Amino acid sequence: MLIYTLKRLGLALVVMVTVSLISFMLLRVSGDPAISLAGEGASSEEIEFVRVQYGFDRPLLVQYFEWAERALHGDLGNSPYLNQPVAQMLKERMGVTIILGISALSFAMLLSIPLGMLAAIRPNTWIDRIALSISVMGQAMPSFWFGLILIIFFGVHLRWLPISGSDSWRHFVMPTIALGYYATPAIMRLVRSGMIEVLASDHIRTARAKGLRWPKILFKHTLRNAIIPVVAVAAVQLGFMLGGSIVIESIFALNGLGNLAWVSISRSDLPVVQAIVLFLSTTYIILTFLADLLNAFLDPRIRSI
Amino acid sequence: MKKSTKLLSLLLVVFISCFCYFQPAFADKKNDTLNIAFSKELETLDRYFNTAREGIVVARHVFDNLLYRDPVTYEYKGLLAKSFKWNSNTEMEIILREGVRFHNGQEMTADDVVYTLNFAANPDNKVKTQRYSSWIDHVEKTGPYGVKIILKKPFPAAFEFLSGANPIYPKDYYKKVGTKGFGMKPIGTGPYRITDVIPGKKIVMEINKEYFKDSPKGQPSIGKIVWRTLPEINTQMAELMTGGLDWIYLVPPDQAAKLAKTPGITVTPAETMRIGYLTFDAANRSGKEHGMENPFVKLKVRQAVNHAINKTSIARNLIGGQSRAVYSACFPSQFGCEQDVKKYEYDPQKAKQLLAEAGYPDGFETTLYGYRNRPFAEAMIGDLAAVGIKAKLMMMKYSALREKARAGKAQMQFLTWGSYSINDVSAITSHFFEFEADDLARDEIVRDLLIEADTSIDQAKRKELYSKALKRIAEQAYWCPMFTYVSNNCYSDSLDFTPYPDAVPRFFQARWK
Repeated sequence: MLIYTLKRLGLALVVMVTVSLISFMLLRVSGDPAISLAGEGASSEEIEFVRVQYGFDRPLLVQYFEWAERALHGDLGNSPYLNQPVAQMLKERMGVTIILGISALSFAMLLSIPLGMLAAIRPNTWIDRIALSISVMGQAMPSFWFGLILIIFFGVHLRWLPISGSDSWRHFVMPTIALGYYATPAIMRLVRSGMIEVLASDHIRTARAKGLRWPKILFKHTLRNAIIPVVAVAAVQLGFMLGGSIVIESIFALNGLGNLAWVSISRSDLPVVQAIVLFLSTTYIILTFLADLLNAFLDPRIRSI
Repeated sequence: MKKSTKLLSLLLVVFISCFCYFQPAFADKKNDTLNIAFSKELETLDRYFNTAREGIVVARHVFDNLLYRDPVTYEYKGLLAKSFKWNSNTEMEIILREGVRFHNGQEMTADDVVYTLNFAANPDNKVKTQRYSSWIDHVEKTGPYGVKIILKKPFPAAFEFLSGANPIYPKDYYKKVGTKGFGMKPIGTGPYRITDVIPGKKIVMEINKEYFKDSPKGQPSIGKIVWRTLPEINTQMAELMTGGLDWIYLVPPDQAAKLAKTPGITVTPAETMRIGYLTFDAANRSGKEHGMENPFVKLKVRQAVNHAINKTSIARNLIGGQSRAVYSACFPSQFGCEQDVKKYEYDPQKAKQLLAEAGYPDGFETTLYGYRNRPFAEAMIGDLAAVGIKAKLMMMKYSALREKARAGKAQMQFLTWGSYSINDVSAITSHFFEFEADDLARDEIVRDLLIEADTSIDQAKRKELYSKALKRIAEQAYWCPMFTYVSNNCYSDSLDFTPYPDAVPRFFQARWK
């Protein structure tokens, strides 16, 4: 297990370095950041001034290694646009994104696990079809579109919920549903197929033959077995939600990392974008790493891979 | 009817009613708070260190300039200045009003003006908006309420810049807090004072009850303004419909038309100084593209494009409001914007004929680069295709396009220019035709005419020189000027608000009805 863990850790580090290098290079070839920072209509002199002042005139690899060295010491640099430390900006906005990510994942689990169970208990019936339809809709609908529908219905028409901002828990209801709904199908299908498989197994048949009560069979013997892979998938889904909240945060004007990423991309605030990419990819890599370890712990055959 | 069909019908009705029925909006009139939204977050509230339009808008409310340009008559009036006059081509004398106070209670004097303008004009201070003050050599104090502005060379647009781009700061406070501190807690003499700033979320302003009584800006009426940052226009619209916001602008035409049907909301389309235009690589810096020589070096090709695009149709059908076709390389109200230039009306047959005469009877392939308003660019592509010019559309980020164009790698671009709301041709034509990086024509005759006009303070002579330059630009078809832009101002019915062509909303003149 130790060798497996070290191997996975090494791989995770290589992925992190690769992601940071590629994103650094890609961000800098997507347009001259000095032009964006100097503003529309800036003269050549003004642009050149910005380029030199922020060090964009130096070779890309030099810029990368300087950035990487500082990042290793916890210094993510300053935002040229807002003239604030990037680490502080991330710290200020992280809370909103984490709340949104966790609440969206909780919503997805609360919706998908009962639906998956219902579908598994009554496979190929109208209950199963409704559950699958809900799941297909979740996958087919772009989250930004679903978010706008929620705004129109609950915000504009019924006026039950606030449309934008992050001042109270009510502000998080619609973004949570919009973001969480997208993750529902994957979890629901996993629960459904896992439950169907476990329900057909010998030990469940034995449990029923012994006369155990149905709820006990369902929750203690079936769900417990079927939910193990779901936990691993949910960890990865959380990473996806943290990264995928860009559009949702913009629509609902939540002042989190996703919104910051969006506006920073549009104004070529590269150190901020770079730091967010690093943060999100690191989170994703850590969650995947933990999921790998969990899988290896549960299934010893994986450790030999 | 089957159950599933019934269910589907019910869902459809719910959806349709969601889209079609909205309750009227209720403004926050009872709390005397005007809630407004902008898409962009400002990097700082220090006007000399921000470059966005939102920065101009905030500055007009918090700070005052030496002069004020009447948005209707375009007449210059003294704002912080009691009087102003030219002593010579390069020296201006200004007497300040007495008794004007900053928001911290300190009186505004000549020291503040001298400090602010010298600070802005000094390149060592690295202000981002250097072009606003780079024409100033230095400013001298002539008395407690008197200053002299010494120019580097004659600069006839000086009044325009002094009225729009150079707010006056309190010397002692600015020196104490620096640009970073000032960016978060700015102090001015303007009609509103900043009371709260939450980066990325909102700026709160309250009325300046001590605002000097004879200001040409007028007296503010609304007690509090909350400026929120809402990046998504659909969210802004939803907030406006529910009364969460009282005012938004730059709403796309189709969405503004929907808002206009909503009870309680007024939509006022107002023409702005921004114009759309095509520019061609007439100086041939791009060389070959699509395996052929740059066709835009040929005058007849440029003229053909001018005839091929139905600018009136785009203005009327895609932009709407007061948008109109333009034929000269400037915004019509700008000083020196000659309108009597060669006009290329929409004439596809003439365009085809000109292309044939230029040696392209079957047209040619090219790329049209753009950075905004994809539907407008697509309409142009259609018009060009109708005369045989097969243009591939390439939409890019503004910075990437500008980099490409300046490197001489774009033959035809669809661009827009707002002239920083400056009502003078030097803010547009001179920028693009004086052999700077954005000059794709490189015409020495045009350049010399413009430089002479830019440095003369004889207004009649300036007008004549600009006229000659603009006539030549049109004759040579270096640009295809197309249409003016319209800003759709959408606001609560209970707000008395007037938009102006400089696209700077003036909430200090707004009132509750």
